[in-house]
Amino acid sequence: MFDFLEGYDLLGAFWVTVQLTLLSAAGSLVWGTVLAAMRVGPVPLMRGFGTAYVNFVRNIPLTVIILFTSLGLFQALSISLGGQRFETINFRLAVLGLVAYTAAFVCEAIRSGINTVPVGQAEAARALGLNFTQVLTLVVLPQAFRAVVGPLTNVLIALTKNTTVAAAIGVAEAALLMKEMIENEAQLLLISAVFAFGFVCLTLPTGLILGWVGKKVAVKR
Amino acid sequence: MKLRKVTAASAVVLALALSATACGSDKKDEGSSGGGGKKKITVGIKFDQPGLGQKTPQGYSGFDVDVAKYVAKKLGYNEDQIEWKESKSGDRETMLQRGDVDFIAATYSINAEREKKVDFAGPYLLAHQDVLIRADDDSIKSPADLNSKKLCSVTGSTSAQNVKEKLAPKADLQNYPTYSACLGGLQSKQIDALTTDDSILAGYASQDQFKGKFKLGGFKMTNENYGIGVKKGSDLKDKINKALEQMVADGSWEKAVSINFGPANYKYEQAPKIGDIKS
Amino acid sequence: MSSVLYDAQGPRAKRRNVLYTVVFLLAAAALGWWVFQTLSDKGQLDWEKWKPFFSGSEAWTTYILPGLWNTLIAAALSMVIALPLGAVFGIARLSDHAWIRVPAGVIVEFFRAIPVLILMIFGLALFAEYTNVGSDDRPLYAVVTGLVLYNASVLAEIVRAGILSLPKGQTEAAQAIGLRKTQTMTSILLPQAVTAMLPAIVSQLVVIVKDTALGGAILTFPDLLAAVSPMSSYYGANTIASFTIVALIFVLLNFALTSFASWLERRLRSGKKSTGAVLPPAAVGGTESAGTAA
Repeated sequence: MFDFLEGYDLLGAFWVTVQLTLLSAAGSLVWGTVLAAMRVGPVPLMRGFGTAYVNFVRNIPLTVIILFTSLGLFQALSISLGGQRFETINFRLAVLGLVAYTAAFVCEAIRSGINTVPVGQAEAARALGLNFTQVLTLVVLPQAFRAVVGPLTNVLIALTKNTTVAAAIGVAEAALLMKEMIENEAQLLLISAVFAFGFVCLTLPTGLILGWVGKKVAVKR
Repeated sequence: MKLRKVTAASAVVLALALSATACGSDKKDEGSSGGGGKKKITVGIKFDQPGLGQKTPQGYSGFDVDVAKYVAKKLGYNEDQIEWKESKSGDRETMLQRGDVDFIAATYSINAEREKKVDFAGPYLLAHQDVLIRADDDSIKSPADLNSKKLCSVTGSTSAQNVKEKLAPKADLQNYPTYSACLGGLQSKQIDALTTDDSILAGYASQDQFKGKFKLGGFKMTNENYGIGVKKGSDLKDKINKALEQMVADGSWEKAVSINFGPANYKYEQAPKIGDIKS
Repeated sequence: MSSVLYDAQGPRAKRRNVLYTVVFLLAAAALGWWVFQTLSDKGQLDWEKWKPFFSGSEAWTTYILPGLWNTLIAAALSMVIALPLGAVFGIARLSDHAWIRVPAGVIVEFFRAIPVLILMIFGLALFAEYTNVGSDDRPLYAVVTGLVLYNASVLAEIVRAGILSLPKGQTEAAQAIGLRKTQTMTSILLPQAVTAMLPAIVSQLVVIVKDTALGGAILTFPDLLAAVSPMSSYYGANTIASFTIVALIFVLLNFALTSFASWLERRLRSGKKSTGAVLPPAAVGGTESAGTAA
C-alpha cells in the first residue's frame, strides 16, 4: 500500500523541515528578545526602530520575505552566507528569512510577558541600584519568559508550519517533496494523508509538551 | 440598538457567504457552456517569455502569438475572437485534455511522452536547448564546462533535468518559479548560466536593458520541435497543419520570425516541414 | 510598564543614550549606504527599472491591479466562507453533547496543525483530479480551499473564545428568564460575542491576505505576488523594483487592516452598551495571528 513512497526521501524532507524549525526557532528567540529589549529600552531611536520593524514585518507575507532573501540578498547583494552550493545557500537564506519574520512575533510575545511582571519587581530592582540591562536580564526577563511559554509555543508551532514556505526558493523540505510526489504519483489522498500526518506528529507533541512545561514553570502570583 | 446592528451585520456576512458560493457555481456553469453567444476560440500561450509569448500593456506579443493569430485566422477567427489563456509548462497537457483551450502554442516541444496524451500539429519551429551566459564570460565553451558552474532554470522544466542527468551532472542547479528571476543573478554573477531553449533565451537577451550583456552559448544540446498542441483525436490538427503550411508558403512565417527574433540576432532554423520531427 | 524598567535619566545616562543613538544611526546609515552602493553597482537602481511604476499607468493596469484584485477576491471569498463555518465549529465545540463537541474539536485541531501550503497543494490536485473546475479557476479554488480549511479552524477558536469571554451572568440571566439553549446562544451570546470578536476577525483577515501570496508563489495563482513574473520579464528583469513595489502594496494594505482592527478594538472597549468584553486582535487564546503561515 505504501510502495509509492519508494524512491522518495520522505524522512530526509521532514528532517530538513525539523532543521529549519529548530535553527529558526533559536535565531528568532535571540533576535526577538533583542527587539523586545529595544522596544522597552530607554533609547528613543531604538524604541522607534523596534516598533517599526515589528509593524513592517508582521504586515508582509512570509512568502515575500523568503523570496526576497533569494532574489534580493543573494542575487542583488551577493550575500551567500558562506554557502558554496545552492542547497546550503538556499537553506541558510530560508533560515534567515524565517528568523526575520518570526522574531517580530517573538518580540510581541515577550513584550506581553514583560507586562505580566508586577511593577514592584522592577521598582525593587531599581531601588537596589541595578541599571536597565541588569533590571531586564536579572529580574524582569527571567519572570517574563516563564509567563510566555504558552504564547511562544504557538509561535513555534506556527514556525514549524511556516517552514513549508521555504519551498518557494527550492529548499528540499516536506512541502516541496509533496508537490513533486503528487505530480508523479497517482495516490493523491494517501500522499496528502502521509504529509498531514507528518505535520500533526511535529506540531501536536510540541503543543502538548510545551503546554505542560508552561504550566510547570509559570510564576504563581 | 447596537447589538441589533451587529446581528444584522453578521446576517449580511452570512448572506454574502451564501451568495458567494452561489456565484462560484454560476461561474463554473458559464465556463463549461462558454462561447454560447459570439464565436470564440481559446488559445493557450506563455505570458512571460519575451519574443515568444509575453503579456504587454498593449496586448500579447511574440512569435507563438503571431503563429496562433495566423492559424486562428485560417480557422475563421479574427483577432478579437481569440481568447488568450496562460498555459504554464506543467499545465499544458491537462488544459488540452480538459478542453480549457482549443489549441496551445506555448514553446511546446513535441515528444513521445506528450504525444501519448495530446496531438501535435506542426512542428512550426526548430529550437535547441542552449545556455545564456554573460557576454564577457569565456569560461563556458562546451556543455561539460557547466559542471563547475552555477546553473539556473525553472521548476519542473525538462531543460534542467536534461543538464542534470546527461550533459553536466555536477552542475549546481537552482530552480526558480520563472526565468526572469534567474536574470538578475546572472547579471550579478551569482549565477553563471541560464538554460532553456535558445528561442526563449534569445528573447531575453534582446531586451533593451540587456543588449550586449548576455550571449548564447550556441551548444545546440537538444532538438526542440515546437508544435501546436490540440486535444487527442481533434480534427483541428489537420486544419492547423494546413494553416501552418500556408503560413510558410505565403511568407508570413518568415516575416513573423524576423520581427520577433530579428532584434535578438537569433540564428533561427529554416521552417520545418510539417511532420518532420528531428530527434 | 517600560518606564519603570529604568530610572529617570541623569546627565550621564542622557549622554550615554545620545551615544547609543549616534552609534545606532551610524550603523544603520553604513548598512543603508552599502545596500545602496551594491544595488546601484548592479544596476538595480537604474531609473529604467523603476520608470514603469512612476511614469504612466501601464504597469499598474496590466499587471499590478489585476493581481491585487485577485488577491482581494481570494481573501474576501475565504473570509466570507470561513466565517460561518468557523462559527458553526466554534459553537459545536461548546456543545453539551460529547458526540458533537469531540469530533468538532478533532477537526479544528487537525486543520490547525497542518500548514496552509500543504492544504493548498492538496486542494489543487484534488480539483484537477476529481472535479471539472477549469484550469483558470483551479488555483483560485485551491487557494480558497486551503485558506478556508485553515482559517475556519482558527475562527472557530476565536468564536469559542469570544463566547467564553462573555460574563457568566449573561447565560444565567438568559436561563432565568426561561430561554432554551439555542435561544440563549442565538439571541444572547452570539450577538455579543460578534462584537467582542470583530477586532480579532479583522486581524485574521490580514493573515488571510498574507497567505494568498503562497498561492502566487507556488500554485500559479495569478495574485499580486505572481504579477512580478510577467512584469519583470517585460520590463527587462527589474525583479528588485517589481518586488519592492509589490511588497510595499502588501504592507500598506495589511497595515490599513491592522490599524482598522485596533481602532475597532479601542472603540468597542470604550463603548458602554456592550458587556465590555473585547478580544484584542491577534491575541485570542491559542490562536495568535502568529499562528499562521506566511
